[in-house]
Amino acid sequence: MALRLTDDDVRRLDGGDGPAVRLAMRVVVRLAEALGAEELLDISGAHVDSCLYNGLAPLEFAELLAGDGATVVVPTTLNVSSLDLLHPDLYRGDPEEGDLARRQMDAFVAMGCRPTWTCAPYQLEQRPAFGEHVAWAESNAIAFANSVLGARTDRYGDLVDICAAITGRAPAAGLHLDENRRATVLFRLDALTPGLHDSSLLAPVLGAFIGSVVGNRVPVIDGLPVPPGEDWLKALGAAAASAGSVALFHVVGATPEAPTLETALGGVAPTEVVVVTPADLRGARDRLNTVQLDGGGGDSLATVSLGTPHYSVAEFGRFVEALGGRRVHPEIDVYISTGRGILDEVEALGWVETLRSAGVTIVTDTCTYVTPILADTTGPAMTDSAKWAYYAPGNLGVDVVLASTRECVESAVAGRMVLDETIWTTQVDDG
Amino acid sequence: MAEPPRLQVAGPASGPVEGVVLRLDEPLSFWGGLDAATGEVIDRHHPQVGRSVTGRVLVMHSGRGSSSGSSVLLEAVRCGTAPVAIVMVEPDAIVALGAIVASELYGVALPVVLVDEAQFARLRTGVRVDVGVDGSVRTIAAG
Repeated sequence: MALRLTDDDVRRLDGGDGPAVRLAMRVVVRLAEALGAEELLDISGAHVDSCLYNGLAPLEFAELLAGDGATVVVPTTLNVSSLDLLHPDLYRGDPEEGDLARRQMDAFVAMGCRPTWTCAPYQLEQRPAFGEHVAWAESNAIAFANSVLGARTDRYGDLVDICAAITGRAPAAGLHLDENRRATVLFRLDALTPGLHDSSLLAPVLGAFIGSVVGNRVPVIDGLPVPPGEDWLKALGAAAASAGSVALFHVVGATPEAPTLETALGGVAPTEVVVVTPADLRGARDRLNTVQLDGGGGDSLATVSLGTPHYSVAEFGRFVEALGGRRVHPEIDVYISTGRGILDEVEALGWVETLRSAGVTIVTDTCTYVTPILADTTGPAMTDSAKWAYYAPGNLGVDVVLASTRECVESAVAGRMVLDETIWTTQVDDG
Repeated sequence: MAEPPRLQVAGPASGPVEGVVLRLDEPLSFWGGLDAATGEVIDRHHPQVGRSVTGRVLVMHSGRGSSSGSSVLLEAVRCGTAPVAIVMVEPDAIVALGAIVASELYGVALPVVLVDEAQFARLRTGVRVDVGVDGSVRTIAAG
C-alpha cells in the first residue's frame, strides 16, 4: 500500500516550506516507504544523536540543513558530542578534528536543539509521557523511552532524527504501532544465583546476553526477586541495544506495558522461552572481556571508566558511598561520564568536590569511548557498562574487563583488578 | 502496516549492481564496528574483524547497535569505502538511512534489499551476485 500524505506533508515535500524542510521531508518519506508505513504521524519531541562528529559527510548534511535555515518544530534534545565543553582540556584528539566536531555541534544548536549533550535524556526534567510519540535516536535512549517510559519511538538512526525534528513527522511504523510492541521471547531468571541477583553486574550481562539472543525481537523478563529501579533498567537496555538491536523490552512488574507476563505477551504464547543460567551470563561477560582473567595476564589495571550511559544522581551517590572517603590509587585514571544537568545536581550535593579530591575525573557532554579522553590506552580498562565494554576496544584500541560497580571501585582504590568470581556460584553482598 | 518492501533503498535505475558477497556471521554495528576511512571491520568482538566491506555485496541478517551507524555508512560512501549493495533479512532503519541520505546528498545509489531466510542461507562469502533494479538478488557464479 502506498504511503498516504497529508496536504501539509505534500507542501513540505514540494518545497513550500523551503529547501531544508523539503530535504528533511524527503528523508522521512523515503524511510517511511522503506519501513512499509502507510502514513506519517505527529511527534511531540525528538532526541538527536547526529550531533556527534562522524566524518565530513554527516557534517555536510547538518550544515546544509542549518545553512538553509532549518529549525526544529518540536522540543529537541541533543546527545553526546565528541567534546567536553565544560572541561575542554580533557580532549586529547587531533585539534583539527576537534574543530570539525565543534562545527557539528554548532549546526544543531543553530537549528534550535537544546544543548543538553547527554545520552540519557530520560534523566532530564522533562521526559515523554506514556503513550507519547517521539523520534529518538541513540540506542540506549530509544530502549529506555519505549521500555521504561512507555513512550513510542522507532529505532531511529542519525540523519533522520533531525529530519523528524524539523518536520515534526515520523513514519507510522515499527514501535509506534501496538502490534509491534508485544513481547515474543520470554527470559526466565529463576535459575540465577542470589549472588548474581545482588550484583550490579546482572543488568549489563543479562542485557548483553538478551541482545545477542533476540536481535530485534521484543523480549520480556520474568523472575526478578525485587522490581528493579531505573538505573538497573538503563544498564540492561544499553547492553541489550548494543549487543543486539533491542529497542523495547518488558520486565514483568517493573515496566509500564508489563503489569503481568500475559499483558506483556499480549495473550499470545512466546515463540521462544529461555531459562537464563549463570553459565549463560558468565559466557556473555567473557565474550565482552578482552583480557584473559585467569590466563597469566596478571591483574594490572590502568583505567576505570563509569557512566555509560551517563551517570544519574543516584549512581553518583552509590559510587561516593562505595568509595567511603578513600582516594583512588594514584596510578589509576578513574573517569565518570555524565550530563551537564546531572553535574549541577551533583555539585549542589557537594560530591563534585568529594570526587575531585579523591582523584576522580568527571567528564560531561561526551563519553570516554566516543572520543580521545583516556590518558592511557595501553593498559587494561575496567568498566561497569556492557556498552562501554562492547565499543571501547574497537574505538580506542583498549583492552577491557566488565565488572560490577563495587569491583570497579575496589580496583580503582587498590590499583589492580579486584574481582569477585564467587557471584557466579554463591551468595555475596555486592553493590 | 504493510510489509516492508523488498527494495528498501533503490540502487541505480540504469541496471543491476554486481559484486562478490561478504557475509557477516553476526550483525555489525557500523558505528564502532566499521572504519569509514578504510572500509575495514574494526569490531574486535566480531567474527569478520579485519575484513573489508569495500566494493562487496554486504550480507547480514539484521542491523545492530548504535544509531550512529547511519552516519558512518554515509561517510563510507563519501570516502569510497562502502559496500556496493547491502542485503539483509530484517529491515533496519539505521542501515536504510545511511543509503537514503547518500542518495539525497551525493546522488550515490547504494541499494539496500531484503531477502528471505532461504535465500539468505545461500548467500555465502565469495559468491558473485547481482542486485537488480527491482531488488532481486541473483547468483551469477559460485564462490
